[in-house]
Amino acid sequence: MAERGAVPQVPVLQRRALKAMRALFTPLLPDDYLELINPLWTTQELRGRIERVERETRDAVTIFIKPGWQWPGHEPGQYLRVGVVINGVHHWRAYSLTSDPERPDGCISITPKLLEEGVVSPYFVRHAKPGAIVRLGGVEGAFKLPSPLPEQLLFITAGSGITPVMSMLRHLESCEHLGDVVHLHSARTADDAIFGDQLRALDERHDGYRLHLQLTGSAGRLTPDHFEELCPDWADREAFVCGPAAMLDTMEEHWCERGDRGRLHMERFQPIIGKSDAEQGEGGAIRFTKSDLDARSDGSQPILVAGEEAGGTLPFGCRMGICHTCVGKLCSGKVRDLRTGEVSGSPGEVIRTCINAPEGDVEIAL
Amino acid sequence: MADTMISSPMSNLSDEQIEQLGKEFDAIHDEVFAELGDRDRRYIVSMIEMHRRLVVSGRIMLFGSRNRAAWFAGTSMLALAKILENMEIGHNVMHGQWDWMNDPQINSATWDWDTASTAEAWKHSHNYIHHTYTNIRGKDRDLGYEIMRIDPHQKWHPVYLLQPFYNLLLAAFFEWGVALHDLDFDAIRKGEKSKDAISRELKGIAHKARLQIAKDYLTFPALTAALNTGATAGVRALRGRSRSRRRRLYERVRPPARQSLVDVARESYMATMKANFTANIIRNIWAYAIIFCGHFPDQTYTFSQEEVFDESRGGFYVRQLLGAANIDGRPLFHVISGNLGYQVEHHLYPDMPSTRYAEIAPRVKDICARYGLPYNTGPLSKQLGGVQRTILRLAFPGGAPRPKPGPYHGPEFDDAALRSGRDERFSRPGEDGAGPEQPTEGVRVSMPEEE
Repeated sequence: MAERGAVPQVPVLQRRALKAMRALFTPLLPDDYLELINPLWTTQELRGRIERVERETRDAVTIFIKPGWQWPGHEPGQYLRVGVVINGVHHWRAYSLTSDPERPDGCISITPKLLEEGVVSPYFVRHAKPGAIVRLGGVEGAFKLPSPLPEQLLFITAGSGITPVMSMLRHLESCEHLGDVVHLHSARTADDAIFGDQLRALDERHDGYRLHLQLTGSAGRLTPDHFEELCPDWADREAFVCGPAAMLDTMEEHWCERGDRGRLHMERFQPIIGKSDAEQGEGGAIRFTKSDLDARSDGSQPILVAGEEAGGTLPFGCRMGICHTCVGKLCSGKVRDLRTGEVSGSPGEVIRTCINAPEGDVEIAL
Repeated sequence: MADTMISSPMSNLSDEQIEQLGKEFDAIHDEVFAELGDRDRRYIVSMIEMHRRLVVSGRIMLFGSRNRAAWFAGTSMLALAKILENMEIGHNVMHGQWDWMNDPQINSATWDWDTASTAEAWKHSHNYIHHTYTNIRGKDRDLGYEIMRIDPHQKWHPVYLLQPFYNLLLAAFFEWGVALHDLDFDAIRKGEKSKDAISRELKGIAHKARLQIAKDYLTFPALTAALNTGATAGVRALRGRSRSRRRRLYERVRPPARQSLVDVARESYMATMKANFTANIIRNIWAYAIIFCGHFPDQTYTFSQEEVFDESRGGFYVRQLLGAANIDGRPLFHVISGNLGYQVEHHLYPDMPSTRYAEIAPRVKDICARYGLPYNTGPLSKQLGGVQRTILRLAFPGGAPRPKPGPYHGPEFDDAALRSGRDERFSRPGEDGAGPEQPTEGVRVSMPEEE
């Protein structure tokens, strides 16, 4: 089954009325007709309309989206799965929400950066126009500000890693909590800095917010060696880091060795599946009962990938454990979650094939 | 016995040729799937929108079903909507033809249609059984649908004497026939199906039947009745107030002849109910006509299980070519027949978006011409007429396969045949040079051995 948007928050009365009318439309739903008038009116999934597209840099834009139903809310730093139709095919991608959750106009925003070889980011950066309809999936992500808000904060961001942090900064500003915040942001050139102007403006408005913009094209990369000069009390701060994997690895190492790893919060855009420190299992044979297909995983390969390599056509979505498109019923055997290393599985359990590897031989109803 | 009744042109191709042919057909599939895009999506989305607009317009029109013109307009729109929904949309979506769009709604896993079969049972009996074992005797349950003798290889039984009669019933109530057929009575009789499975499928059909009967024969007729009665009562009340005193006195003595409100309600209820019934019957007959022309016209071959044992990919394609038959028609005809007029192309590529069948047809014909294979097609009247003749003939014992067309010779040949006023493709078996696979002897057609 293909991935669909989140279930919208529809007023109870309206939902009941639609349910009562179902008999007139069977086997379709009243929604199937409502969406002909306005695609946002369906109660089957949350959709949104692109209201505005603002260019941030040469290769990044902010897309303002008005959800069809009331926005269920998000916490600053979380990301959203967005579905768009490109050349007839639905594609889903996760983007950090860059908007403050409490925008008065009810809009949300994402800020995609162009990835030349990608499919979805070129659409957003080059072709997306106001009026286009997008599907809005679930809000996810554990990269969030703790509650209560820490007094002293340190943000380290690079490139498009600014996106989740922008939402945090906007939130901190609107609840007047920018008392002692240091922000070290890296971009190749001043023109490449997404939200560069807004960050500088924030810096001017608030004494408690100190911005250092590292232009890596001329000044080189930011490393923990710079901390002495830029933020000597880094170890006392609650730190939020988002950027390329190499930077995250450097920072993690530094916090582990010199600081308190518990105060470091990181966002990796791509979860590391099968390559993390999680214990690796033995793998095993996989039998896809409905497809009549046999495959084998060495323990690092997710069930989905093993099945695809054996020539199967299997349902898939995000390939990172979020969207539950790839699920199948486990008939026998155990599986290992490649993100955590945890082994689980009882017959009849519905598992996600994209993040689980077989632990011994398994049968799955797909 | 019986296997020698007619030999298929497949036997004249070498294994290498069949393998090569398989590669050529695979290539067409891959090429089309590589270029699917916006154009195709626009087509199916607009088709779905058109269906929904037709439903809404038809249903609204039928609120005025007491009026003859409204009744006819509403019934036609509803019938057309149901035909589109079943054939070009439902059948094709549930084949997975549009799954490449990754659309959560237009998807074989989630689609349900306005007919008695449940999506799940249909996908098993049609997509899997029929499309895999097409025209293999004893395997393809759609060969006569287990109640008809449509192939002379089938053993005669006195019950078939009734087949001309229940053939007509099946045409009128086709959706119910198909739903019951999905149950697979043969498997139930042999005890191959668990009680749970049977009861689940029966419940599924009952559930769908309940919803549809309620919609077409209760809810919408009742809505019409309510609206008409309400409107009539309202108009009368308004008129009553605006009448002059003299007129009122006069009417007290001589009341105007008018329908009672109960009659208005009954009449409008019945009018909409009849309209919905008629639309369902039209849809059933049309679906029956198109679907019976898929595999039962004279040109098609059936296969014994031995013939297709250990069949290769290329062999599968050849069997589909020989076992299916097209219907000639204009684009509009193909839309309202769910592009099943391209039955041959559909059977070669059941998961290919139906809009592409017309586009690949010339390439399929080209392969037929080069490999000396027939390309089965004919106008609706001829295909359906042949099917009906077969149903009548095979109600009685005996019968032989109908003469088969020779190999397809290409479009130039079509034109030449047209000019000469004679369809050369349908040369008689045994005539010198006829038949695809035996250039010297033609197609061998022998009488069945005695039972």
